[in-house]
Amino acid sequence: MTRPTISTFATAFFCAALCTATRAADDTLTLATTTSTENSGLLAHIHPDFERKTGIRVKVVAKGTGASLQLARDGHADVVLVHARELEVRFVAEGYGVMRRDVMFNDFVVIGPGDDPAAVREIENPAEALRRIAQAGKFFVSRGDASGTHVREQQLWRDAGVPLETEVATLFVEGAKRSLEMVRPRGDWYLSVGQGMGKTITIATQKRAYALADRGTYYAFALSRPAKTDLAILCRGHESLYNPYGVIVVDPKRHPHVNFAGAKKYVEWITSPEVQQMIGRFTFQGKVLFHPNAATAER
Amino acid sequence: MDNHGILDALRTAWHLIVTLDPNVVEYAVRSLVIASIATAVASLIGVPVGIVLGESVFRGKRAVVTVLNTMLALPTVVVGLVVYLFLRHEGPLGSLGLLLTVPGIIVGEVILIVPIIVALTVAAVARTDRDVRKTALALGANARQANWIVIRESRFGVLAAVIAAFGRVVSEVGVAMIVGGNIDRFTRTMTTAIVRYVDMAEFALALALGAVLLGISLSINVLFQYVQGGGHE
Repeated sequence: MTRPTISTFATAFFCAALCTATRAADDTLTLATTTSTENSGLLAHIHPDFERKTGIRVKVVAKGTGASLQLARDGHADVVLVHARELEVRFVAEGYGVMRRDVMFNDFVVIGPGDDPAAVREIENPAEALRRIAQAGKFFVSRGDASGTHVREQQLWRDAGVPLETEVATLFVEGAKRSLEMVRPRGDWYLSVGQGMGKTITIATQKRAYALADRGTYYAFALSRPAKTDLAILCRGHESLYNPYGVIVVDPKRHPHVNFAGAKKYVEWITSPEVQQMIGRFTFQGKVLFHPNAATAER
Repeated sequence: MDNHGILDALRTAWHLIVTLDPNVVEYAVRSLVIASIATAVASLIGVPVGIVLGESVFRGKRAVVTVLNTMLALPTVVVGLVVYLFLRHEGPLGSLGLLLTVPGIIVGEVILIVPIIVALTVAAVARTDRDVRKTALALGANARQANWIVIRESRFGVLAAVIAAFGRVVSEVGVAMIVGGNIDRFTRTMTTAIVRYVDMAEFALALALGAVLLGISLSINVLFQYVQGGGHE
């Protein structure tokens, strides 16, 4: 018998590293999703059920909606769970995804300091609230990261009818020129931080600023002990703050290496009555964070 | 990343440079202003301290140098976090209003690089001392003159310390992100802009900014080389 040499060990190490790096075929599923589903604890609450029933381990990549769809476009995810209806529809139309299904909804809220210097409390329409913040020139902190929340915020600024400007970044994708455009209102009071919901709330808290937040992440910060923010919900309940989440399977025609079978199982599972009920019963500090709606097609 | 991604990134970088993309110019200028001011302030503190420490002989010097060398490994996020806790609203220095501002970032960067400048200056002086002092004394210099000669001859080592500190500021992201908050038009730097694009999964843009940053660092080092070379004449 030959003694194991250094090169044997090196080869073994290399193989091990390679095996870890290569995506395991059928026993794992990569889910690209938004920070709200992950940070709220919902996925940790429901995924054990999926893993028990299918034996498939779910790898969760929690980014903004824009980033999640981008990862899926590049073939780095098998299934996405995001919240930006327009982007989801485009993703499917461009041939990257199939089987888009509604899963659940919650809502966005406009949060701000309790003394409410722009006087937006009790205003029903958030676009009107944002217009007042702009007119008063009070600090507003924006995600600025192409996330679902940022997409909605840009829509609200358009609806607010305040002067806007566009941030344009030009880049090349597969040799073709593409530009990334985001609108923002003019003014030094508008702080675009390019970070996740949690950091955005933290910065808004420090700046005594307003912000658009998803209710789940806001609760996670406001209801923790000790509280991580003292900002209050000032504007809520308007239909333009409705925040639906959709699940989409990455099209295997575009990326043959994706775990299509696992992704299909995931969609069937998360829209099943049993899991829908689990989602509806999931609470944080006594608050329901997501309302299932797979059964009802459109609101 | 596949070859395509890298080509895309290089093309994007080239496009950003030739069109003098206003955003990128802004991030770059902010990064350089922060690095220049922080390095100047830290040098004013760190170089004299390093020289005095390098030239003096006292018990426990070895321990001090060890502590300094350990501080070279200070994680930037830890410095950023500690500075954040001091500067935030509820913190002891909250009333200064430095959190989420460029001056706040500079404070953090100075704290980060003073140990680098001190430690590398001590090393430079110690190295020169060994080579030069005996010669100076043998040639008839008195102790004070010998000290001065050692300091003068250490200048390239000290300059290297300053360059290293400058590079640390330009390249780090922990302090700039945590203390500055990556606020567009206020505190966004080259590195925090890169993090933003990575978070957005816009890898070509992120890598392109990285390439631009590397190009800037190269130009600055060429400039420093030139200054150093001039000193030799």
